[in-house]
Order: sequence, then C-alpha cells, then structure tokens
Amino acid sequence: MENQVVLEMKHIMKIYGNGVVANEDVSLDLRKGEIHALLGENGAGKSTLMKVLFGIEQPDQGEIVLKGTPVTIKSPQDAISKGIGMVHQHFMLVPSLSVADNIILGVAPKKGIFIDTAKAVDAAQSIAREYNFDINVNDKVEEIPVGIKQKVEILKALYRGAEILILDEPTAVLTPQETEELFVQLLKLREKGHTIIFISHKLDEIKKICDRATIMRNGRSMGTYEVKDITTQEMSRLMVGHEVSLTFDKNEQHLTDNIFMRVRNLTVHNSQGVLKVDDLSFDLKGGEVLGIAGVEGNGQTELIDTLTGLNKKYHGTVQVMGKDIANASIDDIRSMEVAHIPEDRMASGCASTLSIKENLFTNQYKNEKYSSGLMLKGKAMDQRSDELIKEYLIKCKSRRQHVGMLSGGNIQKVIVAREFSTNPKIIIANQPTRGIDVGAAAFIRKRLLEFRDAGCAVILVSADLTEIFSLSDRLAVMYKGKFAGFFTDVANVSEDELGEHMLGIKKDERLEGVLYE
Amino acid sequence: MWKAILSPDFFGTILRATTPILFATLASCVASKSGITNMALEGILLFSALFGVIFSSITHSWLLGLIITVVIGGLIGLILAFFVLNLKTDEILAAIAINLTATGGTVLLLLAFSGDRGVSSSIRSVSAPSLTIPLIDKIPFIGQVLSGQNILTWLSLVAVIVMHLFLYKTPLGLSIRAVGENKNAAESVGISSRRIQYIALVISGCLAAFGGFFLSGGYMNMFTKDMSSGRGFIALAAASMGGNTPIGGLLVSLLFGLASALANVMQLMSVMPYEIILMVPYLTTLIGLGVYYYAQKKKKERLSGK
Repeated sequence: MENQVVLEMKHIMKIYGNGVVANEDVSLDLRKGEIHALLGENGAGKSTLMKVLFGIEQPDQGEIVLKGTPVTIKSPQDAISKGIGMVHQHFMLVPSLSVADNIILGVAPKKGIFIDTAKAVDAAQSIAREYNFDINVNDKVEEIPVGIKQKVEILKALYRGAEILILDEPTAVLTPQETEELFVQLLKLREKGHTIIFISHKLDEIKKICDRATIMRNGRSMGTYEVKDITTQEMSRLMVGHEVSLTFDKNEQHLTDNIFMRVRNLTVHNSQGVLKVDDLSFDLKGGEVLGIAGVEGNGQTELIDTLTGLNKKYHGTVQVMGKDIANASIDDIRSMEVAHIPEDRMASGCASTLSIKENLFTNQYKNEKYSSGLMLKGKAMDQRSDELIKEYLIKCKSRRQHVGMLSGGNIQKVIVAREFSTNPKIIIANQPTRGIDVGAAAFIRKRLLEFRDAGCAVILVSADLTEIFSLSDRLAVMYKGKFAGFFTDVANVSEDELGEHMLGIKKDERLEGVLYE
Repeated sequence: MWKAILSPDFFGTILRATTPILFATLASCVASKSGITNMALEGILLFSALFGVIFSSITHSWLLGLIITVVIGGLIGLILAFFVLNLKTDEILAAIAINLTATGGTVLLLLAFSGDRGVSSSIRSVSAPSLTIPLIDKIPFIGQVLSGQNILTWLSLVAVIVMHLFLYKTPLGLSIRAVGENKNAAESVGISSRRIQYIALVISGCLAAFGGFFLSGGYMNMFTKDMSSGRGFIALAAASMGGNTPIGGLLVSLLFGLASALANVMQLMSVMPYEIILMVPYLTTLIGLGVYYYAQKKKKERLSGK
C-alpha cells in the first residue's frame, strides 16, 4: 500500500494559442495518501499543469496514467467522475444558496422530479460529520466566513468522491489560525488515504505539512523532492533560479514633524448599509509605513476607498496635509500628492485594453508637460513611458503593448510606475503584491521603502503577513471595522499574536501610539 | 365610474389583461434567473400571435394551433440562444434583431398567407375556449370574476405555480439559478452553463408563445399588426420589479393588468381623450419602475443609517 502510485502525468507539453509554452516536458507522480506540494512562481506553469489534470485544458503531448491505466480527461466533469477534485483559489460557490445546496449542486438527490431536500441536507451533514468539518449545512454561503467557505469547497469535492484533491493556494485568504485548522483537516484526509496536491509558494507551509514537493520554473519541472530532505533556501533557489532575500534591511527611520494624514472618528457603511469602519482614528507622519493587517472584509477596502476619495459617504474627518477632504474630488486628493495602488488591479488599477503608455498617463493627462490643453504631447509621453518601462523593469514588447497582455506582476509594475512617477507624499497601497511573482513583489517592496526613506508616508494594507512584518514601522490589525490591535514595536510581535487579533480573540482597548498627540 | 370599477366584470378584465403580460413575465423570470435578459419577448409575443391565428385555422383546432405556436416560440428562444451563446452576439442586439424581424415579418407572412394587410380578417382562426370550473363559480364575487375566463388565463395562473416549483424545487431549476448567479461555480461541478442557458431560453420562448397565442386567440379573435404593443417590454420591467420570482412577477403583472383594464374602462367613460388613455399602461411602467427603484434606494440608505 505504502508508496502506491495513484496518478502519473508523463512528459506533459502544453503550448497555448498565442505561442506561450506553459508546460514543457513536465512529469509528476502522486502516491496514495500523500500531500504533494506544487511549488513555483506565478507563470511557472503550475496552473496550466493543474488545468490539464482537471480537464480544463488538453495537453499537446504526454499522457496521464490513473491507477495504471492511461486516461484522457476531457472536461472537469470527466475529472470529477475519475475521482479528481479541485478547490479553486477563487471560490466556486453560489452565494444565495445554502451550504447543502452548494454541496449537492449538479448531483442533487431526487424524489420524483423534485429535489429531495431532506436527503440533500442529510447527505451534506453526514459527509461533513465523516470528515469532522464543523459546518451548519443550512447556512447561506453569503453569510459564512472565508475559512468555512473553503471547507464547503473541500466537502463539495469529497461529496463527488474525490480521491485526489487539488488545492490552489488554499491558505492565501486564511488567518494563521484558520490555516492551522485547515492543516489538521488535510492531515486527516491524508490518513483516510486521499492524495492532496497543495499549490503554494509559501515555503514554511510546505515544510510543515507536505511529504514531497515538485518545483516548477518557466514551464519546466525542476524535480520532485522529499520535503524533509530539502531546505527552504534550496527550494527558493530552485523556484526562482537565484536566491531572493525575503527580508529587508530597513534604514533608520526619520519621521517628519508634521502630520501628513489625520483621521478622526471615521465611520463608514457599505452600500448594503453594513457598518464597515467603526469610529476609527489615527495619524500618519512622513517617513513611516503604517501596516494594516486583517482578514479580508473587515473594513480595509472601505477605509482605503474613503481615504482616497472613492467613497464620499462617511462620518468623521479625514485631513490630508491639514486639509479636510470631505468636499475634495479624487482629482483634488491626487493633487495633494496622494498616490493609490488599488486592491484589484484589473478592475480599478488599469484599463486593460489600452497600451502601457496610455495607462502610464491616466493620472497625468492634464499635466502641462504632457498636454497642451487640447491635444496630448505624444513625443513627451513616449519618452517618459520608455524611461518608466526601463526604470520599473516592465517586461513588454514595447510601450504600445496592451496592458492586459502582460503578466500580473508586470501589470502591477505599470500601475506602481504610474503612481510613483508623480513623486507622491502619501502612498496608499492596497495589496500591492498580491498574486505576483516573487521578483516583482520584492521590487515593489523595495520601492515602497525607498519612498519611506525619502520622507513619504505609506499606508500598506496586505494579507501577506511576511510583507506586513518586513515593511511596517507601525502595525494595525483591523477587525470588524476597528483596530483590534496596534503595535509600534513591530519586531516583537509574533505571527500567532497577530492572528489572534485578526480573529478578534484578542482586542486592545487602549491603542497606544495610534495618535501622535 | 366607481360602480364600473368595483364590479366583478372589471376584475375579470384585469385578469384578461394580465394574462399575456404574466406569461411574458414568467418567460423573463426564467431567462433572467439563468443570467440572460430575454429582450426578444416582444418579438416572440408578436410572432406567436400571428402563428396562433395561422395554425389554428389550418388545423381547425385551437389546441393544435397552440402546440405548434409554443414549439415555434421555443425555436425562437433557441435561435436567440444560438446567437448569444454560440456566436457570442450581444444579447440586446440579438433581441433587437428578432424584434424588428417580428415587426416586419409578421406583416409579410400575413400578406403571403392570406392576402390580408395588417389585420387577419379573412383567416378563420379558432380561439381558445373559456372555462368555467364547477365549484369555484359558486363562490360569490370571486366566482363571478373567475367564471368563464379563458382557459389560457387559468393556465397562466397554473404556470406561476409550476414555474415556482420548477425553479425552486427541481434539480434543473437549481442549476438554472446557480448558472445565473455564478457561472463558474456551476461549471466547476460539471454543469454545462451553455446547456442550462439554452434550456432556459427555450422555456422562456415557449412561455412567451402562450402569451402571444392568447393575444390573438383569446383576448381578441384575430391578429392585427404590432398587437403585442410593448407587452414584452412591460414584462421585462414586471419581472425585474418582482425580483425575477414567479410569485413576485404575478403580483406586479396584476398591477400592469389593472392599468390596462383601467385604460379600457376609461375609454368607455370617455373622461379623457382616447390617445391619453392609451398611454396608461406605459406610464404605469415608467412610474412603477421609478417608484420601485426609488424605494429600493431608500431602503438601502435607511439600512446604512443615513
């Protein structure tokens, strides 16, 4: 039984229509009852390989052998019927339906022509109990937290008889405690003989629960290793091709005297009327990075939207450089030298069908340097675009390329280049490195610190705790619209402590150091 | 005037005026639930009104005529689905094309079939019969309202219940709602969203065809050009205001039925110029949409404490 191979992918080759070689001779073998890490940077070909396995894409060459017999997997449905399940990074759930309905969707038990509701609830409950998942199956999916949603996704796959479970970056949206809980559950699944493919680029997590790891770079496999026999440094080197320092040496801090941003008693409700920011006050000076950690949906988005002028409905005051922004337009706020790297780069960060050049000037088209008032000054823009592309190491064919054609990391660099090119005094960065490769992320983090050293004030909202820890001078944890914790001595905060604040288990009533007065 | 309005006759008129709108509203519900706005309802109503007359006269049977009309309605739904789902045409543009085809096409087909211009006066069509259900007609007032209604009016009320059960209690209904709300989620569990949307649009086309048949074979006994007169669009508004649910759609359809019935009564009373009265159903739609969405906005604002 031990080491029995359940699935092999042999010499998989996948070339996309646009000529991109996503997988080149990749082989992977999975054993029964193992947690197998698939490791690599964005664009390394992990997703493509999993799409091939799950039947979303067909390989151009190579074969898949399931329990000794070669198979072709034509569609996700086909994959599911062969016992392969996938938990996507973006949850595939229908919000208005109950947990039970989501679990039985597509394979509903019937009574005559109707759904057998009692049986559906029963089936969902018994599978949750079988795997020790503590879930109320009658809850509506839109009302349950992220960690539970993920459990529903796993149950969905198990209900369909998945023996091989693909988890695509499952911990990206979880708190440390939720991650811990997920790991316990994954180990139980392994005990029951399930095989789990764990896609991640968090090396410590892989160290913690994976048995073997296959590392990918540039569409090729860099080999499969026993996790206990390889160090994180080696893994990182195989993944990136060179060693990347994951921590930064920060320079000594030089705070400005005057307060750049002053927020008092800020209260924001979202469009559904839910209280999202609850009586929040803080100060921000030049020369510091204020990190804001927290589980997504605890008011970070609403806070940032208000500070940048995207949301105008709030109570309380926000002052930028001493000026109240209540009646200031987004344009006015930007002219107070505030830059904003938005959370969702495709939705609000760029115009994906416009060129790199055009995107680089969306915040400056009124600037006299680039506009005569009636017509844009093409030459000046061309020249400046080329400078920025060079300075920000944007990998592209030319400045005329559509932004949507670039990789995630390069799109983000275009946005960062645009925002930083105006030499802002305040930078509001919301998830600036989410989902981009390690190299681009390191570049952006380094830039943020350079601005801090130059006396700029930075607000950094991030779900990446390593990023938060390595960049922040002061650190706030948001929970249900309030700061549940505030730390001025970031170096002495443990990840566990931060996690407890993120989950609201621990709350600081006195938030020392939030205000400078 | 009040005496006329409060009579059982008037309530009967409301039901009659509601029937075509209700069928179209249900048609809009099922399409919207699957994630597609079926703006071609107007054209399907009009085509069905013509085909109802033609095929009931050919077959000498209202039932056969109805069946053929409903099949054709389903086919038009299928064509819309083909354009939107296979050729990736914009759903609004595809619908406009169908609606314009209906406007010109019905006149042309009528002329080719019978030589009639605009009104099917020479076609001997068979209308759907009225139906009196024994016990119910004994109930005072309500019995008088319901008794002798057209069989299609009865059918439209049954259709509300059937569609409710279909959407909320059957596996296919669950799939339709899942596809409409989160296509990727449905796809991820092996539901083909394209297949589901095809099915939804065909059902939508069939339902609208019932409404179209009623226009020329129940409400009136002949086809006249452009006789759908915007009911397909009114139904889109009604379905939306009813939250795209069959029960909600019924209530809002009744409101529009009331507006149409009022217009009829006012015509007889001649309290106002005829042309102004004709605007009543459309004004009701406009005002209805305004009031509904204003209330929704206020509700949201009240919830947000402002």
